[in-house]
Amino acid sequence: MGIRDHLDDPLAVRRLFFFRLLWAGAVVLLVFGGLTWRLVHLQVVQHDHFDTLSEDNRIRLRPIPPRRGLIYDRNGALLAENLPSYRLDLIPEEIDDLPATLAALGRLIALDEQDIARFEKARRQHRQFDPVPLRYQLTPEELARFAVEQAHLPGVEIAATLTRWYPYGPAAAHVIGYVGAIDTDDLKRLDKRDYAGTRHIGKAGVERWYEDLLHGAPGHEQQEVNVQGRALRTLAETPQTPGQDLYLSLDIDLQLAAAQALGERRGAVVAIEPGTGEVLALVSNPAYDNNLFIDGIDSKTYRALNADPGRPLFNRALFGQYPPGSTVKPFLGLADVDIGRPLGNSGVYCNGGFKLPSATRIYRDWKRTGHGRTDLTKAIEQSCDVYFYQLSLSLGVDRIHDYLTRFGFGHKTGIDLPGERAGLVPSKAWKRATRNESWYIGETLITSIGQGFNLATPLQLADATATLAARGVAAAPRVARAAISPLDGQYTALAPALEPPVTLREPRGWDIVHGAMHDVLFAPRGTARASAAGAAYQYAGKTGTAQVFGLGQDEEYDAETIAENLRDHALFIAFAPLESPTIALAVVVEHGGSGSGTAAPIARQVLDAYLDRPALGPEQPMQVSAR
Amino acid sequence: MNGRDVWVERQQAGTVMPMLHLDAQLLLGLLLLCGIGCAILYSASGASDTLLTRQLIRLGIAFVVMLAIAQVPSDVLRRWSLPLYLLGVVLLALVLVLGDVGKGAQRWLDLGVVRFQPSEIMKLATPMMVARYIHEHRMPPTLRDVAVVAVIVLLPAALIIQQPDLGTALLVATAGAFALFMAGLSWRVILALLAAIAACVPLLWMNMHEYQRQRVLTFLNPEADPLGAGYHIIQSQIAIGSGGLFGQGWLQGSQAHLRFLPERSTDFIFAVFAEEFGLLGLLVLLALYLFVIFRGLRIALLAQNVYERLLAAALSLTFFVYVSVNAGMVSGLLPVVGVPLPLISYGGTSMVTLMAGFGMLMSIQTHKKMLL
Repeated sequence: MGIRDHLDDPLAVRRLFFFRLLWAGAVVLLVFGGLTWRLVHLQVVQHDHFDTLSEDNRIRLRPIPPRRGLIYDRNGALLAENLPSYRLDLIPEEIDDLPATLAALGRLIALDEQDIARFEKARRQHRQFDPVPLRYQLTPEELARFAVEQAHLPGVEIAATLTRWYPYGPAAAHVIGYVGAIDTDDLKRLDKRDYAGTRHIGKAGVERWYEDLLHGAPGHEQQEVNVQGRALRTLAETPQTPGQDLYLSLDIDLQLAAAQALGERRGAVVAIEPGTGEVLALVSNPAYDNNLFIDGIDSKTYRALNADPGRPLFNRALFGQYPPGSTVKPFLGLADVDIGRPLGNSGVYCNGGFKLPSATRIYRDWKRTGHGRTDLTKAIEQSCDVYFYQLSLSLGVDRIHDYLTRFGFGHKTGIDLPGERAGLVPSKAWKRATRNESWYIGETLITSIGQGFNLATPLQLADATATLAARGVAAAPRVARAAISPLDGQYTALAPALEPPVTLREPRGWDIVHGAMHDVLFAPRGTARASAAGAAYQYAGKTGTAQVFGLGQDEEYDAETIAENLRDHALFIAFAPLESPTIALAVVVEHGGSGSGTAAPIARQVLDAYLDRPALGPEQPMQVSAR
Repeated sequence: MNGRDVWVERQQAGTVMPMLHLDAQLLLGLLLLCGIGCAILYSASGASDTLLTRQLIRLGIAFVVMLAIAQVPSDVLRRWSLPLYLLGVVLLALVLVLGDVGKGAQRWLDLGVVRFQPSEIMKLATPMMVARYIHEHRMPPTLRDVAVVAVIVLLPAALIIQQPDLGTALLVATAGAFALFMAGLSWRVILALLAAIAACVPLLWMNMHEYQRQRVLTFLNPEADPLGAGYHIIQSQIAIGSGGLFGQGWLQGSQAHLRFLPERSTDFIFAVFAEEFGLLGLLVLLALYLFVIFRGLRIALLAQNVYERLLAAALSLTFFVYVSVNAGMVSGLLPVVGVPLPLISYGGTSMVTLMAGFGMLMSIQTHKKMLL
C-alpha cells in the first residue's frame, strides 16, 4: 500500500529528488574545484620548489679529479709525471660467487692477504653496484693475463687512473718531495670541494709548497640516479681544470752531478744562481725514493727508513744546522773593510795562538806554528784564526751579528720549500733573552771563526755565498721559476724574491774578499789550492772545518755512530766564474774531516759539471718554453 | 531541455547502442578514461608489457560484466537486491572466520577458482538494498525508515571494519548514505547525524589500529618522518609539483621512472599522471571524470522510479568519492587511505565492481517503460 501512496504524488517525489541532485552536483563541483585549486598550488605556485626537489632526487654530482701539474727542471727534463696505472675493481652485485672469483683472480694476478682484507673492508662501505678496488698498480703481464680471461669473470673491471711517478727518484726527492694519500690533517686545511675525487695531496717539498698550483680544479659529471643511487646516465659534464705545470730552476744534470760528487758521504750540496736566487741543485745525502710514498708506504719500509742511522728522510740542506766554521771569514772580512780596517794594512802577527789580556786561556790557531805577519787577504787565503780573533775584538759580537744577519744567517732564507730552519747567529741580546746570561768576550772570539753558538744550514751558506758573489745583490732562494697552464700555454713567471741589497760603505771590500777567496784556490799557499788544480775557469771559495763539540750540535745522532760523531764537519763555499759568477754553492760533509780535503773537491766536481757544459746556458731552455 | 533533445536524437540515430542496452556517452567517457589509464599504467610500470596485458584482460572481463548487467532490467535488479545483500553479509562473516590473510588483513575469500573480496559485493549490494527498502516503503523516509536503513548500512560496514579495512567500510557506508540522502533524508536528521559523527571521532581514534593513526598523523605532518611514514606523501607531492603546467612528457617522469615514487602503478598512479602530463593533463582527466559523474547523475534524474533514481545517484556519487578521495590523498589533502584511482589504477576486483555499477546505470538508462 505504501508504494501506491508514493506513486500518487510522483511530482513531489521527483521535485525532492531533483533538488537533492542539485545539491549533490554542487558538492561534486565544489570538491573538484578544491582539487583543482590544490593542483594549481602544487604545479604552478610551488612548481619551482618541487622541481628542485625532484632534481635533487635524481641528479648526483660525481667529481672528476683534476690532472696534477707536471714538474720540469730548468732544461725541460721531466721530474714528476703522471703515469697511467691500472686498478682492478670488483662489482659485488654482478658477481655470483665471490670466493670463486677471488680464487680465479688469484691465479691471474698477485693477490696477498692485505689486498683481500682491504677489499673486504671497502666492500662494506660501498653499495652493491659500485666498483670496489681490489688491486692497484697492475703490471703489464697481469693486465695481459686478465684480458684473456676477462670474458669469464663478470663483474671484474680494469680502471685506468693516473699515478704520480718521479723518474729520478732519490736524486731529486729532497726538492720534489712527494704526494701521498689525503689524511685527516690535510682534510682540516683544504677545501673539500676542491679535493672531491682527488686521492693524493702534496706532502713534502715542491709537491707540498706548490700544491695549489699543481692540483688544479675538479670537474663534475652530472649523473642521473635512481632511488637506490645507481647511476643511470650522464647528463652533463664540466671538465676538470688540470693543474699548472711547474718549471723549476733546478738543473737535474747538476743535481745528479752533485749527488754523485757527494757519493756515500752524509751531507748536503746547495747551488744557487747569484743575483736571482734560483736554486740550481739541492742535494741531501743519503736520500730516499719518493716513489715509495705515493700509494702509501708499507710500515716495514717506513720503519727501516726512520731507523736508518743516515737518516735519509732528513733534508740536511734545509733542516741540518751546522757550525759554519771558517766559512764565515769572508763575510767578516767585508765587515773588516767596511769599518775601516781597524788592524791597519799590516794586520796582525800570528804565532799560532791568541791570549786575551785579562785571561790565561790560549785560543789556538788551526796552524800551531802560526802564519806570521797576516793581513786580511792572507787571513782568508790561509784561514788564519788569530787575525779574526783580533778583528772580533774591534767588531764586537753585536756587529758580527749585524753583518752575518745581513747575509741571511740566523733567519730563514724564505725558500719556496717547506720546513727550513733558521740557524743561529748569537748576540748579547740573544744570550740574555734565551739564557739570561751575560756575554763573555771569549765567546766573541770563537763566534768570529764560526764556532760557538753559530749555526747555519747549507742553504743559508749557499744563499749568503750567492749574495757575496753578486756583490750584495740579494734574492731569496727559489726552486720554481714558472708555471705554465697546460690548457692554453699561459705562462706565469714566479718572480725571484729580490731582497734589499747588502751595501757597503767601502765597495772595495767586495774586490778584496773576492780576491782573497780566489787565492784560497789559486795562491801557492791557499788552503784549497789542491782542489783547483787544472780548473778551466777562475773561481773563488772558502774552506771551513767545524769542530763538533756539544754546543748547539745536531744532537739527534745515536750512540752507534759516536766515534764518527766526534770528527769535524767539512765545509766549503764557492762561486764561479770569478768575474760575473753564475753559480754559488755550499758543500757540507758531516764528519768529513777537513773542508779543504773533503768538501772542496766535491765543490770542484759540481762546478765542473756546471761550467764545462757551454751548450746548455742557464737561460736557454726557458726561452724555448716561454717562446 | 536542449540536452534532452540531443539525447533523443542520439537514441534515434544509433541502432547498435540501444540494442546492446548501452549508453553511448557514458561508454565513451569510460573508454577514454580506461585508455588514459592504460597509457599511464604502461609508463608507471616502467614500460612493462606484462602489467599492461593483465590490466587489459581485467578491463575486458569488467566490460563483459558491464555489458551483461546492462541487459538486466532494473526490476530484476531490485528483486536481486535482498538476496545479494544477504549473500554479501554471509560471505563477509565467512571471511572473518576463514579468509586468507593478505597484507596483514583478512579480506580475501578463496572460492577455489577465484579469490575475491566479499566487501566488493557490498559496494553494490548496500546501495541496492537501501534503494529497494526506500522504494518499497516511502520517500522521503520516516525516522523509523532511517533506523532500518542505518542497520542495513552499518551491518556490512561493521563487518568490513573487523577485517580491518577502514577505507572500504567507509565507502560502503557512504554508498548507502548517499542513497538515503537522495531519498530526501530531512536536513535536521542529516545535521544530527553529522554532529553524532563529529562526537564519535575521539571514539573512532581510540579504536583505530596503530597504522591507521600513524597515517592520520603523517597526513598532518609528513615532514616529521620523511623517509618513513611521510615518504609516500612527500615523494607524491614532489612528483605532482615538478610536473608543472605541461608535465615532463609521457614516459619521462623522473620521480616515477627512477622509482622515487612508491605504489606508482596502484594507489599513487595519479601522481605519475600529474608528473608526466602536468596541470593541463590533469584538467582534462578531471573533466572526463566530471563528465562520467554528471552523466550518471543525469541518468538518475531521468530514471523512472525511486529504486532506479536512488541506485543511479548513489553509484554515481560513490564513483565521485573514489576519484576525489584518491586525488585528495595523493595531492596531500587527505590522509593516505588505500583507495585506488577508479578505472586507472592497476587492480582487479574493484575494476569489476565499478564496471558492474556502470552496467546498472546503463540498464536504468536503456530499459525505459513507455508511459503514455
